[in-house]
Amino acid sequence: MPDDRETQLALEKQGVLFTQLNRFYNWGRKSAIWPMAFGLACCAIEMMAAASSRYDIARFGAELFRASPRQADLMIVAGTVTKKMVPQVVRLYNQMPEPRYVISMGACATSGGPFRDGYNVVRGVDLYIPVDVYVPGCPPRPEALLHALITLQQQIDNQAIREVRWYGDREARDFPVPIFGKHGLEVEGIEGTADPVGGIPRMAPYVSPALGGSGERTSNPQVLEGNVPKPLMQAAVEEVFGHGKAE
Amino acid sequence: MARLNSGELRELLERDLPGALAAPHSPPQAAEAHGEEENHPVLQEHDAVVVAERLPDVARYLRDQLGYSYLSHITAVDYLREGLIEVVYFFYHPEGGGPQIVRVRVPRDNAVIPSITPFWPGANLQEREAYDLFGVHFPGHPFLRRVYLWDEFEGYPMRKDFPKTGDKYTHVTGGEE
Amino acid sequence: MIAGTFTGTIKTEELQINIGPQHPSTHGVFRMITRIDGETILGLEPVFGYLHRNHEQLGEVSSYLQIIPFTDRLDYFNSMPNNQGYCMAVEKLAGIEVPERAEYIRVIMAELSRIQNHATALGFMLNDMGAMGTPLLYGFREREKILDLFEAASGARMMCSYMRFGGVARDIDDEWLGELKKLMVGLPAFFDEFERLLSENEILLSRARNVGILPKAVALDYSVTGPLLRGSGIPYDVRRAEPYSVYDRFGFDVVVGSVGDIYDRYLVRVEEMRQSLRILEQAVQQLPDASGGHLNPKVKQQSIRPPAGEAYARVETPKGELGFYLVSDGSGRPYRYKIRAPSFINLTALSDLARGHKVADLVVILGSIDIVMGEVDR
Repeated sequence: MPDDRETQLALEKQGVLFTQLNRFYNWGRKSAIWPMAFGLACCAIEMMAAASSRYDIARFGAELFRASPRQADLMIVAGTVTKKMVPQVVRLYNQMPEPRYVISMGACATSGGPFRDGYNVVRGVDLYIPVDVYVPGCPPRPEALLHALITLQQQIDNQAIREVRWYGDREARDFPVPIFGKHGLEVEGIEGTADPVGGIPRMAPYVSPALGGSGERTSNPQVLEGNVPKPLMQAAVEEVFGHGKAE
Repeated sequence: MARLNSGELRELLERDLPGALAAPHSPPQAAEAHGEEENHPVLQEHDAVVVAERLPDVARYLRDQLGYSYLSHITAVDYLREGLIEVVYFFYHPEGGGPQIVRVRVPRDNAVIPSITPFWPGANLQEREAYDLFGVHFPGHPFLRRVYLWDEFEGYPMRKDFPKTGDKYTHVTGGEE
Repeated sequence: MIAGTFTGTIKTEELQINIGPQHPSTHGVFRMITRIDGETILGLEPVFGYLHRNHEQLGEVSSYLQIIPFTDRLDYFNSMPNNQGYCMAVEKLAGIEVPERAEYIRVIMAELSRIQNHATALGFMLNDMGAMGTPLLYGFREREKILDLFEAASGARMMCSYMRFGGVARDIDDEWLGELKKLMVGLPAFFDEFERLLSENEILLSRARNVGILPKAVALDYSVTGPLLRGSGIPYDVRRAEPYSVYDRFGFDVVVGSVGDIYDRYLVRVEEMRQSLRILEQAVQQLPDASGGHLNPKVKQQSIRPPAGEAYARVETPKGELGFYLVSDGSGRPYRYKIRAPSFINLTALSDLARGHKVADLVVILGSIDIVMGEVDR
């Protein structure tokens, strides 16, 4: 992968000591990721099947599902996220200590899934918390979840100890917790509801160049020109990290 | 206890609980004069249709006199064109057999049916669900609050005039396999 | 603590504890607001809606065929009986006949689903008692074998979408039946092992005997169904009360408990697994050959338009009575689509079952009711 070549080169410029330290640090972190037991719906059953002996997530060091968010590294959001549940999801994410990662498992957590057109379903958990790996499927097979875990481990491998956000000197702040409004969820500081009933899709459909499209994933032009609030995730990330998406 | 069919239930109700049965619903004149082919649901008339105030008496009669002591479920249906909400009660006999169906029709803007929860605890959550999704009020219910949505939510989502976002994504193919 | 006896009274207060939507009891996102005095529960208020996916509204904007995958996701442990109930409702509405072989295949799938559900449900209940996952993983082992069969027949492990209006989507071949027979040969050994390890277990007996009793006199008033009702002594099983499909051709017993506590529900579920195996043996023996077809060829699945009317069909799922109420207006989409979910209505009894018990018992009582949030919240 081209990414780790660059990172590796950047690291090697810092000297051999930091490279080895980095590899050791990442190896320790990726080999013992402790997920949080956060199964919401049907995908939770496949998550449990991945933890059982046939698919065996213990091979990757991740068999210890912690109930408490304070002891967990990874939140596998498995299942449909509803508007009633979102405040709890964000609160739990805020309670996890860093380094923390999120795998969005299944179609429902990624984008709303088959239940997308509903008054109580959130069109993707990444509207409220940052996600590292997305797993498509309904439900994804346990092997797909293991593939997501391996992808996450590869992402962890590429992190450099000097550039990680939890060792820098910035103040840690929480992601905003939505409150229940009259027609949907509301977040302080953002006008209107964060995900209104009858919300328009955030992305325009992808049309490949072979069929005459531009080949880009563009935002829906309606979203860009109207006075629809900025997508919540982007606003929160800029507020918390200050310089755009980090790592 | 004998198993009844729906015609016999109507006769028994007429005999034992006079005034409980409601008059049959007459469709508005405008719809008949329209003449065009429309897809529309049909209100069933051969089951026992009961006036709202007498529903607890009918439920008690079914349970104590006739032995239909298993209330399977309570459903609400929103008939937008007739301006009614119909609430359907399914009673079963513990020894087996088909259902006894009791219907109550209330106007959409004033949907009030006395609750049967005080003497039939199985109706508790189902009446709350009908209140949450359709806006039917059940006076006498010990805890009538929304069951699925949060309390600050306004609107009754399963009514036909609540905006449904899914309409633009689906269509039904006609005439092909 | 002070040694000696207390002569005065200690001032105590009621606590309100929230057993929140995220908890390790693996029944899904369910919240209980309990008022406790020390460890004893004084009152309980369940809060639903954390998985409310507006299934019924989705039914009103989808065509009849498009609803079948949604019914899979209701009780996501057993997708086969859910499909069966819905297809039966539409077949009643539209007057469609089902070939015999398809009926037998439906029964086979439903009973396999019942076995794997009871095995894992008991595993979850024992997990709640503190068994740290071992009975659960024994149950998951059998479940994986049955899911292999489902995958070979329908293409998916859990969300099968296998039934269609007028039959099943794909036929089963002799190889599949061979695998099924191999599995059936091994099942009695699994049931015996399960019982030998658990039924006389001291911890199970002391935690499950006389806990969470649902008295026979009031059980029907709560509208509960399934093993919860039968554990209290009322022999109501939809397969006997209003036989559907070909259940009237099989000989099986309706398993009934006596006291109505958690131990009775455990025994009812174990015995129901054995009765399911009995039905399976009879069904495999009586299965008609493939000449009758597995699907009614006259039905246009994608553009089915039942005449205006209504229908209600119910099946006995492992959790209770699942019913589908459909009102049709003559177009290709239902006018009203309502699901009678057994887990939702079984939870009516929860607050009365739990009152007076300890907090630790509450978790086990919830496990013995065996709920699935996909059904409760729809």
